[in-house]
Amino acid sequence: MPRIRTLFKALLMFALLVSTGARAEMTIEIVGGGASKHAIAVVPFKDEGSRVREALTPIIRNDLELSGVFRMVDGSTIANVPVEPADVRYPLWQAAGAQSIAIGKVEPVAGGQVKISFRLLDVAQKKQLTSGEFTVTPDRGREVAHTIADMIYEAITGQKGIFNTRVVYVLKNGRNYMLQVGLITDVDSNRAQTILRSKEPIISPSWSPDGRYLAYVSFESKKPVVWVQDLATGQRRAVANFKGSNSAPAWSPDGSKLAVVLTTTGNSQIYLVNTLGGAPRRLSYSDAIDTEPAFTPDGSQIYFVSDRTGGPQIYRMAVSGGAAQRVTWQGSYNVSPRVSPDGRTLTFIRREAGRFRVMAQDLASGDVRALSENGYNERPSFAPNGRMVLYASDAGGKSVLYATTLDGSSKVKLAVINGEVQDPSWGPFNNPQ
Amino acid sequence: MNWKQLVLGTATVTLLAACASTKPAPVAPASNNGAASSSQTTAPVDTGSSDMKSVQGDPLHDPNSPLAKRSVYFDFDSSTVKSSDKPTVEAHAGYLKDHADRKVIIQGNTDARGSREYNLGLGQRRAEGVKRSLEVLGVKESQVEAVSLGKEKPKATGNTEADFAENRRADILYNGE
Repeated sequence: MPRIRTLFKALLMFALLVSTGARAEMTIEIVGGGASKHAIAVVPFKDEGSRVREALTPIIRNDLELSGVFRMVDGSTIANVPVEPADVRYPLWQAAGAQSIAIGKVEPVAGGQVKISFRLLDVAQKKQLTSGEFTVTPDRGREVAHTIADMIYEAITGQKGIFNTRVVYVLKNGRNYMLQVGLITDVDSNRAQTILRSKEPIISPSWSPDGRYLAYVSFESKKPVVWVQDLATGQRRAVANFKGSNSAPAWSPDGSKLAVVLTTTGNSQIYLVNTLGGAPRRLSYSDAIDTEPAFTPDGSQIYFVSDRTGGPQIYRMAVSGGAAQRVTWQGSYNVSPRVSPDGRTLTFIRREAGRFRVMAQDLASGDVRALSENGYNERPSFAPNGRMVLYASDAGGKSVLYATTLDGSSKVKLAVINGEVQDPSWGPFNNPQ
Repeated sequence: MNWKQLVLGTATVTLLAACASTKPAPVAPASNNGAASSSQTTAPVDTGSSDMKSVQGDPLHDPNSPLAKRSVYFDFDSSTVKSSDKPTVEAHAGYLKDHADRKVIIQGNTDARGSREYNLGLGQRRAEGVKRSLEVLGVKESQVEAVSLGKEKPKATGNTEADFAENRRADILYNGE
């Protein structure tokens, strides 16, 4: 665990999100394993109520809880609210059960900006774990709060935080379809950016590895066609529009190619197309339905769904060619595979006794466990740090997005939204554009 | 500032800068056929943008003609055209053979829940079943395109067996329709 005394200034130059003032409501269902969570007290930052548009620490607490790794310690009974490390009465926080404590303040600086500073302190060792300073305009507190949450997450777990990463999903309202992108921590139709509107279905959005493009399937021309759209400019083009159906785009990890499903042979088969154009190269060979390709992180293998033995099962094949190997052996209906960023876990959907559950399979041992229990769940995808899985569910009669930890012990219901939320996908870490 | 701090700081700046690009207005497809013709790398399939000719006496528009039936139904988990729908397929095969300039697109549909993409494959299988039937009856391959809507456009939205049966369906669309 880093014990460095960090001090840096991130000068934030550009407006990021149009803050609407409305909070996304998250519901966190703790299924179990609460005792293993890290107990943290995030005390209100001095003047956060008056100097930034939105108080910072509620956002930080929400983010940390979303991760499933943290348990919030209520410090409201402790009369003294520490601002500087010297203010922290460690025995009181230790008695309250806190393993770490985050403190901070918001100060005015020249030019109408504010300086937000925070420190994360280890309660038992009375030592600073990390700290940061951000000079921003007051309307940008929200993004600073997500960044502080990322830093706290990384200081405690050693893993990169995901609180500034994005998700894409299709929002269906009656006959209107919208492809929307938003932060995982702010899934909310008011904050989300609408990328595409259509009166015809949109399915299977897929992030480019650099997060700059989305591939998706649009039915706007009476049939499924695969498009790639530049998120920054809105420009788009059809990358697979062959006779028959074109669907199920999946980016290769180097971003140069898309695996797609084409039907030019009279059945659904997997092909590789260059994102810049060119003839498709056939990858799968069966007289069955082969679909839902997903690359391994090293780009050498593709997991996919095939019903070549009857019901749909998950298989793996080398991109370089050769026979496919069957991967799922339990259950009669296994679909929608995705591989974890470390290549060690497969998540997918299994239909069993009328339920469609999110599963996780250890690829080395073959052990499978369920990450969701009830209802109808759809299209799981991994967080870019591999620690959570996002999926859509209609468990309550209405579709919502869930994020679950990989052991299924903590599930977050991300607040949504009037309409049906379909086909979510968790995006990559943000890269410079 | 040591190396770790520098990396962390740089990562934070780039992370936030990465989010700073402007928000483009959402794209809205202009029309069914027009949108697919923007700069693309593959030739668009003609899904039927040519003008519909209102030919007097065209049996296609006669409500009493068997050609008025445009839907073909399937049993559960089947892509075989039911015998009760064979006359529909035969009527369209006859019309297409007589009108070599006409083209059809067969849209397959499914009733099932589950993976959208797998259902797309199942709907495709049904559409291909109709396409093969037409070809067996002498229709040219170039006149027929089989595509799938999967479970995305159910005609019946209920949960009864009758609703499911209604959605196990392929529709025949003539170009221009």
